This record gives sequence, C-alpha cells and structure tokens, in this order.
Amino acid sequence: MSIDVLGPLVGRQSQGPTASAAIDEARRQLEICNACRYCEGYCSVFPAMTLHRAFDDGEVTQLANLCHNCRGCYYACQYTEPHEFDLNLPRALAEVRVESWERFIWPNGLAALFQRSGMALAGALFGAIAFMLALAYGLRPESGEGFYAVISHTVMATLFTVASILPLIVIGIGVWSYWRAVGGERVKLKHLHDALIDAGRLKNLSGGAADGCNYEKEDRYTMARRWSHQAVMWGFLMCFAATVSGTVLHYGFGMEAPYGPFSLPKLFGVPGGILMTIGGVGLIALKLRAEKSLGAPAVWGGEMAFVVLLTATALTGLALYWATGTGAVRPLLIVHLGTVLALYLTLPYTKMVHIPFRLAALVRDAQTKRA
Amino acid sequence: MGTPASLASLKSIEWDIVIVGGGNAALCAAIEAREAGARVLLLERAPKPYRGGNSRHTRNFRCMHQGPMSVLTDAYEEEEYFHDLMLVTKGNTDEPLARMAIRTSESCLPWMERNGVRFQPSLSGTLSLSRTNAFFLGGGKALVNAYYNRAQDLGVTVVYEAEVTHINIEGDSFNSVQVKRDDEEAEISGKAVVLASGGFQADIEWLARAWGPAARNFLIRGTPYNRGEVLRDMLDSGALSVGDPTQCHAVAIDGRAPKFDGGIVTRLDCVPFSVVVNKDGERFYNEGEDVWPKRYAIWGRLVAAQPDQVAYAIIDAKSANLFMPSVFPAEKANIIAELAAKMGLPAGKVEETISRFNAACKPGAFHPTELDGLATKGIEPAKTNWARPIDTPPFYGYSLRPGVTFTYLGLKVDQTARVSNNAGLYRNIWAAGEIMAGSILGQGYLAGFGMTIGTVFGRTAGREAAAYVN
Repeated sequence: MSIDVLGPLVGRQSQGPTASAAIDEARRQLEICNACRYCEGYCSVFPAMTLHRAFDDGEVTQLANLCHNCRGCYYACQYTEPHEFDLNLPRALAEVRVESWERFIWPNGLAALFQRSGMALAGALFGAIAFMLALAYGLRPESGEGFYAVISHTVMATLFTVASILPLIVIGIGVWSYWRAVGGERVKLKHLHDALIDAGRLKNLSGGAADGCNYEKEDRYTMARRWSHQAVMWGFLMCFAATVSGTVLHYGFGMEAPYGPFSLPKLFGVPGGILMTIGGVGLIALKLRAEKSLGAPAVWGGEMAFVVLLTATALTGLALYWATGTGAVRPLLIVHLGTVLALYLTLPYTKMVHIPFRLAALVRDAQTKRA
Repeated sequence: MGTPASLASLKSIEWDIVIVGGGNAALCAAIEAREAGARVLLLERAPKPYRGGNSRHTRNFRCMHQGPMSVLTDAYEEEEYFHDLMLVTKGNTDEPLARMAIRTSESCLPWMERNGVRFQPSLSGTLSLSRTNAFFLGGGKALVNAYYNRAQDLGVTVVYEAEVTHINIEGDSFNSVQVKRDDEEAEISGKAVVLASGGFQADIEWLARAWGPAARNFLIRGTPYNRGEVLRDMLDSGALSVGDPTQCHAVAIDGRAPKFDGGIVTRLDCVPFSVVVNKDGERFYNEGEDVWPKRYAIWGRLVAAQPDQVAYAIIDAKSANLFMPSVFPAEKANIIAELAAKMGLPAGKVEETISRFNAACKPGAFHPTELDGLATKGIEPAKTNWARPIDTPPFYGYSLRPGVTFTYLGLKVDQTARVSNNAGLYRNIWAAGEIMAGSILGQGYLAGFGMTIGTVFGRTAGREAAAYVN
C-alpha cells in the first residue's frame, strides 16, 4: 500500500483507465462539458462540475448521483450525435449512477437483478403475495377484528418491522460507502437544510430559468415530470406519516385499525394514497413517451416495474379503504400487504435507492457549494 | 405543417415568403412573417441535428438597455454600445444601420422571451459580460430549438437538407428559388424571399482564393453548411456587396480541434501565461500585450502568418490552473526538450528560446486577472505583462491554429433589410444575419453582436416582406 504524499501537490488528475467503462465515458464527456459550460443554468451538476479541472472516479460518481435526468443539457448540446464528440451526458451519468448503486449496495448481484429486470421484480411481487396468502391461511388468527382477523397484529407488526429495518440497514451501509467514495465531509445542519430544500422543491427538475424538463416532448420544456414526481414524493411521505400515526395510536392509545375517516392515519393516508396514485400513473405515462436512449436503457424495464409496484402499493391501499366492511377486505389486504412487502424487501435493489443516494449527493453538493 | 415528403409537393402551394437558411436570422424572419399572416416556407440546408447554422454555437445577445432588464444588470445605453462597436471595427461600420441595430436590440429581448428563448444570469467565466450580454440558457442550440418549436406552432413549413442553388430574379424582382434535396430538384415560387443563409467560411476553396493558400490550414469553428452559394449567386446576379471580400474573422484556437464545428470548447486561453513559438521554435509576438478577450482575434492572424499556420504555447506548472480547461489535454513533460520533441518541435531551439526568455524575466508582482506590467527586459519581441520564467515542471504544451468564425463579405442592405443592385432596391428581396453583417461589422468582432444583427434584421426582414405581400 502506498501513501499518496504527492496528491495535494500535483492536484487530482484523471488518468489511466479505471475498472468502469461507464465512469471513463462519463469522464470523457464531462471534460468536454467543462470546456463549454453553456448549460450552467439548468441544474446543480454544471456549477459543481466547474469546481474541477479533472474528475476522479468519486467526482464522476457524485455528479452522476446529482443528475436528475431532466435532459435539458442533451437537447441544448451542440455536440450530440452525429457530431464526433458524441455527447449524451444524461445517459452517461445515468449509467454511472445505476452502476454505482449496484457497486455500493450489498449484495451487488441483487441490485443488478432487480434494477435491470422488470420480470424479477414482478416475480418478487407474486412471491410476496403468495407468502402473505400462506401466512393468512397457515397462521390464521383465532381472534381479532378487522384486518387482524385476517392476519394477527403480532405477525403483521413483526414481519413489517423486520422487512423494513433490514433493507434500511443495507441501504445505510451503501450510502456510507458512497459518502466515503465521493469524499464527503462531516455533515452539518445547514448542509441538510440546503439538501432537503432542493429535494423538497425538486429544484433540479425545474430547468432553471426554463419551465421544467425536456422529457416526454423532446426539446420542449414541460412541468409534467416535476409535478408527477412531486405528487409521488409528497404522497409517499403522507402515507409514511399515516403509518407512523397508526403505530402511535395503536401502542400509545390502544386504538386499533381500521380507523375512522377523520382519524390521523386516514387524513394522511387517503390523500397521500391518491397523490401517489395520480403521480405514479403520470410517471408511467411520461416514461412510456420519453426517449429511452437518454437514460440507462438497460434498466428501463426494472425502473418501469418499480414505478408500477409503487403505484400499485398506493392503489391497493386505497382500494382497501373503500372496501372497509365488505367481503373484499380479505383478498385486498393480502394483495396490499404482499405489495408492500415486495416494495420493502427489494428497497435497496430497485430505483427506490435513488432517494438516499440523491439526498447524499445533494448534501455533498451543499458542502462543496458552501465551501 | 410538418416536413413534406417531397419537394414536388411544395410546388403546388402558393408561398408568400420563401426563407433561405435556418439559423437565428431566418427563424426570426419566419416567425415575424407568419405572425403577420404570410404563408412561409423555410429552407434549411443542414439535416435536422445540425440545423441552425452558426447560431447553434452562439451563447449570448448584446443588448442595449436603460436599466436592469431580465438577466441584464445596470444600464447599457446607445452611445456606449456604439462606442464599443467603433473600437472593434475601427470605424469600419455603417453608422445608421449600426445605430438601428443597437436601438432595436432593446425591444428584441422581451420578444425573444415571448417566443420561447430562456436566459440565464452570467455564471463562471462570463461575469464581465453580465451588463452588456444576455446569455441563453443552454446556449444557441436551445435558442434555435425554441424558435423551431415556435415556428412549427405558428404553421411555418420547414424543410431540412434543402439546398438552394439559385435565386431566380427578373429585373428588380425575385420569382423563385431553385432547390435541391437528395436527388430531387425543384423550382419553388414565392412572392418574396428572405436570404439568411450565412457567410462562405465553410468553403475552404473560396477562402483560399480570397486569403491565399494558407487558408487551407485554417480550422472552421462553426457549421460546415455555410458555403456561401446563395451569396455567390446573388453577387453573380448583380447584387451590391459590402465588406472586404478577402477577409475573415479568425481567432487562435486549439490546433487539435476538428476541421469543422468544434465550437466553443476549442478555445484556448493560455496565451497570456505562455511563451508562444512557431514550428521553428522561435517567438514571434508579445504574448502579454493585453487581456485575452482583447487579443484572441489578433492571434488568429498572427498564427495564420506563421509557417504551416501553426504555433505552440508552452506553460509551466505555475500557470496550469489559471485558465479554463481545454477540451484537449495538454502535452506534458518534465523537461523542455522532451516537451518540444512530443510536439514535433526542434528541441534545442525551443530550449534556447525558453532560456533566453527566462533570463529576460524580472522579479515583480504577478496578477493573472489584470495587466500587471510584469515585463521582460532585453529580448525581442518583449512580453509586457505576466512575464514569469517557464521553469517549474511539469511543462505543458498546446498547439494553436487559426479558427475561422465568419467572413466579412456580404450583401448590402438598407434600414429595412432590403437588398439592392446597381439600379436600386430589389422589389421583394430581403437579407438578414451573417449574409449582410459585413454592412455593420466591417472589421473585428464584438461579443454577442452577431446575434443582435441576426435578430434585429431577421425580424425586420420578416415584417417588411410580410407587409409587401399583404
């Protein structure tokens, strides 16, 4: 092992091939972009790029995770195919991004499987539903009301606690590896503050002075993707709040589900589920119309399956609410819980991981901007 | 109206206005004419990915304004603007036309925004222009995209890969254009024509005839489609011209740039911090005469005058981070002789040039961002600013070649953008953009002024032509 004493003196130079063809290609493109800089106003990637003259693997990985794939830079670029420079930065960064998640998340093979194969995710979904079905019949509760007549509260709570904590541990370790690879420093409150504001507003899908992304209508800007994503993100957060409030009611106040229409779980959960469903359907429609070759085409199927799974989670949850008191509760509950279980268990291996990695990239960006 | 399948299908339509060209000026004319109700056909020679001529490579618009406006700070008034133009052109301009372009620029900016162009505040490396120039978000190609979308929404018919080979004129009137696409040829009639097809800088043979054989070694920074056929054709038909037919605007760029279409990334800003030698290893000009934005055009000519039209800039580790990164990595070596050999230069001669230069450097304060007066003593040519010895390895080397931006020869127009011949104004021929810019830019260049001329005269031509046909 050698100690890099010369590092600080000569500065970081990009040199020599690395293990990753995707990183090498992104680096080639970034060096061209950095000599042009016409796109500085679109998003955070370009101002962050200008802080460097050369890009090491960590810097390329950071810029890749900062990119929200709005595609403004692609359509504005004078150097896209058939120009000999052959730039397609949204794609180059998407491929590095996908590869980085596969590299940082343990075990690597699983991410490659679920990210790249929509069928694998569908398989996971059916497996989870079958599991819930077996659970509902194999461990049929002797007493219990409402949902808990189908599956006892103890079984349900234990299962979903484990199914959510394990993936979170895996993700936590992955993000920590990312943080070290991109040279992240000690996180301060102001960095988190900046990152959460950028994420909450989806600033990087706004196009800067433009009106949104160049996504489903080629070089025309639209807000459709930003608004759809906002609906999913805030809907998801509301559903999460519904779950938390339900847990508090259950354990703190001894109030069991199902909850009435004006209870906290419903006040969060119903509009949250509606938002998620509308946004999810929007994202599916947009993704069908958008040009595949400006993302990472190899994971298109896996990404699409993930959005469908997320939307299905919201939709089956809503259906369950409307079925309250009918005979449909039992099958719907099994399907809904199966969907949630599949979503949780595959969490570290699907597009879902863009949330922690994107947040980490935004925090790192806040650090370099404030430095 | 989409792209028609064949040229033949265009002949059956009675066009009000035919627009030759597909860059900024052509699009401004098309939008104005269509908004005035004319039936407009736009013929772009390039295929769709390369549409937009040199506008694709631009990035800003120089704009007069009397107070803060959009992304522009402070004020930039007519007299100062005109003064800046006089400085670069050395008075070689048509004052009424220039003043008309300057005055009209102010109302153009909101018009551009209305038609989909988005601006961004000046960012890294361009802060010095935040008062005078409005930067396009995403650059010129984004502007071109916005205008094509607008034109399409308005119902302008656009044909790509349509090469106009001849403008049919009878007496003082335009009748039709001769168009070629793939193997198909057609004569398409119209009531008026707007010529916005650029200069001739991509026709290397024409450049070589005008400038001399050295021009064959020039690189063309912009589109390969500006070959000047329409300009040549109009001159052959007797249209009046302006501008020096032998001259082009050339700047010193990275010698490894592609022959065409290298655009902005081929720029190289290292000369003020360098020692520059020719292929014989000899210095030939004061590298530190002034700040680079004021010298890059001069260096285009200087390099053009050297053997094989090439020069080599050598810097050391002290200066490696003082300029924007180039798209091509520098040659690098730990001793001068090795660097010279890597660049194909006579090593002994380069070593001698560098050591003589180093010996002539004097101690003093170095300020990379201003004229610091740190000058050599006792060598010819002197370096009068930023003269630090080249003594700290690693050493870096870049090659430099002249990169042609545009040509000066153009069609003479009046205040309404109308073209004339010896007998007077043509009845129905207008011109806009690079094809007539020589009227105003007789010499030199002012950043962002090409887009101003294109926008102002494009809009004027479109409006005037539409008024004529209505």
